[in-house]
Amino acid sequence: MTGEESVDDDGFIDVRELEKVFTVRRRSGFLRRTTSEVRAVDGISFAVPRGEMVGFIGPNGAGKSTTIKMLTGILTPSGGRLRVAGVDPWKERTQLVRRIGVVFGQRTTLWWDLPLRDSYALVKRMYRIPEARYRANLERCVELLELDGLLEVPVRQLSLGQRMRGDITAALLHDPDVLYLDEPTIGLDVISKARVREFLLNLNAEMGTTVLLTTHDLSDIEYLCKRVVVIDHGRLMYDGVLAGLHEVGSSERTLVVDLEREMPPIEGVHGARTVRTEGPRQWLAFPAAASAAPLVSQVAAGYPLVDLSIREPDIEDVIARMYAR
Amino acid sequence: MAEGVLARAAWGLRAYGFIVAMWVRSTMAYRASFAIMLAVSFATTFLDFAAIMIMFSHVEALGGFSLPEVAFLYGTSSVAFGLADLFLGQFERIGGRVRDGTMDLLLMRPVPVLVQVAADRFALRRLGRISQGAMVLTWSLFQLDVDWNVGSALMVLVMIVSGGCIFGCVFVLGGAFQFWAQDASEVQNAFTYGGTTLLQYPPTVFGKDLVRGVTFVVPLAFVNWMPALRLLGRDDPLGLPGWVDFASPAVALLCCVITGLVWRAGLRAYRSTGS
Repeated sequence: MTGEESVDDDGFIDVRELEKVFTVRRRSGFLRRTTSEVRAVDGISFAVPRGEMVGFIGPNGAGKSTTIKMLTGILTPSGGRLRVAGVDPWKERTQLVRRIGVVFGQRTTLWWDLPLRDSYALVKRMYRIPEARYRANLERCVELLELDGLLEVPVRQLSLGQRMRGDITAALLHDPDVLYLDEPTIGLDVISKARVREFLLNLNAEMGTTVLLTTHDLSDIEYLCKRVVVIDHGRLMYDGVLAGLHEVGSSERTLVVDLEREMPPIEGVHGARTVRTEGPRQWLAFPAAASAAPLVSQVAAGYPLVDLSIREPDIEDVIARMYAR
Repeated sequence: MAEGVLARAAWGLRAYGFIVAMWVRSTMAYRASFAIMLAVSFATTFLDFAAIMIMFSHVEALGGFSLPEVAFLYGTSSVAFGLADLFLGQFERIGGRVRDGTMDLLLMRPVPVLVQVAADRFALRRLGRISQGAMVLTWSLFQLDVDWNVGSALMVLVMIVSGGCIFGCVFVLGGAFQFWAQDASEVQNAFTYGGTTLLQYPPTVFGKDLVRGVTFVVPLAFVNWMPALRLLGRDDPLGLPGWVDFASPAVALLCCVITGLVWRAGLRAYRSTGS
């Protein structure tokens, strides 16, 4: 076994120029077939230090899931270098699986017909979890995820939110160093979502578990991750803090002004343009990086200003604009 | 791999054991439903044999074989198939698993995928088929005009075990092919369910080409036909040399090796295409 000492903590997950090329065969005639190459992951590099929580976003088919599958050792990379906890996931899958946990929002890793308790007992034996640790981990999850009373219920009878909490528990019983979550809050109601997020923050803070999650729900990322990785067309579009996306995405902030009365659209304000008027209220868009102060003074100088507010750019718009490029 | 092959095999068997135990326990939670399923399985398979008995109420012999002799073929084929079905009957679902993505889940657990597929939804009700086959077989053993001694008894035992292995290989092979062609489960059924039905009748009622096919291509003839011909003192319709009648264990072993290689190739193909 590779000692943990040899693993650089800054590159606990280390991905360099990772590639995955699928060959797609299509029937083009009765017996003829054409093959074409699809580069699902096209030279992605990033490193995740131990204990970090990173959010992966990207449109459907961007290569997020393919990347996660290579990180977990399910898929063989076509090129590049990949290390998780110092281990090559593809070559040493059986060794690595004991150190990672995986949760899919769309499908359960539990046994559909078995009660949660039996599923967990099976997980315990599969991962050879010592009794004391198993019990401690189960108790902790049951308490924090409010699972008591559900342990005897077959998985198929659980609600989506309950099942998700059950799945997260199953993925954590063996104390994984890394937890992969694929759309962990998809389809959950507000309360379940909050509970899952709360739990993940707590897990990361207390157990130091490295967490990688993919999501379409940006509020997940705003709540959980300091760092976000944007993938599109198999390429890395952005890797950094969430707020930094604004600068990259050439986004705009909006100055909303309330005037004394209805007036024609404000003109002549340098660096801003009026995008909408509605009665005495007007909306002015200006680059996110620019300061709002000179705009406000210009408007106040030329118009009867009553009130104003500034709206930050919608992160979804920013990302949509990134994808469109 | 630092772990030896033996250690891995031992771990695989242990894992198979506890997964199966879990499924048995969960079925036993609904005893009444289990009893009904078992009875249904027993009854439906019994209808198979009833058809043969009805045939014999009109004819003296089938392809030159008497009722006890056909019952012997029926029993050995059913028990061998039943064992394979009981222990490895889940492989036809691989295509579905590949399609719905649950295959990925198996790859993320520290237990060999083969073991997980084999043990998944282990269904004890399949004992129905085995017990019915065993009853027919036992009856035939008393009726047959065979000189029973240690040698011939051992031959029956070896024949059933190797037969189970051969059928098991067909199940696993059929499953492995679904890594490439996800809709192949019907083809697999043709060889498994079709195969056992075929073997329940004497080889003499079929055309020689068919017999050749199940001898040399898909070696189902070694499940019971070949060794049974020797026990019953019959001639081989293909006129093969006498030692072929004792080749079943070797054929079973060869099947296992080939199946293992194909399974590994299938899993590797899956991991590089992911679809």
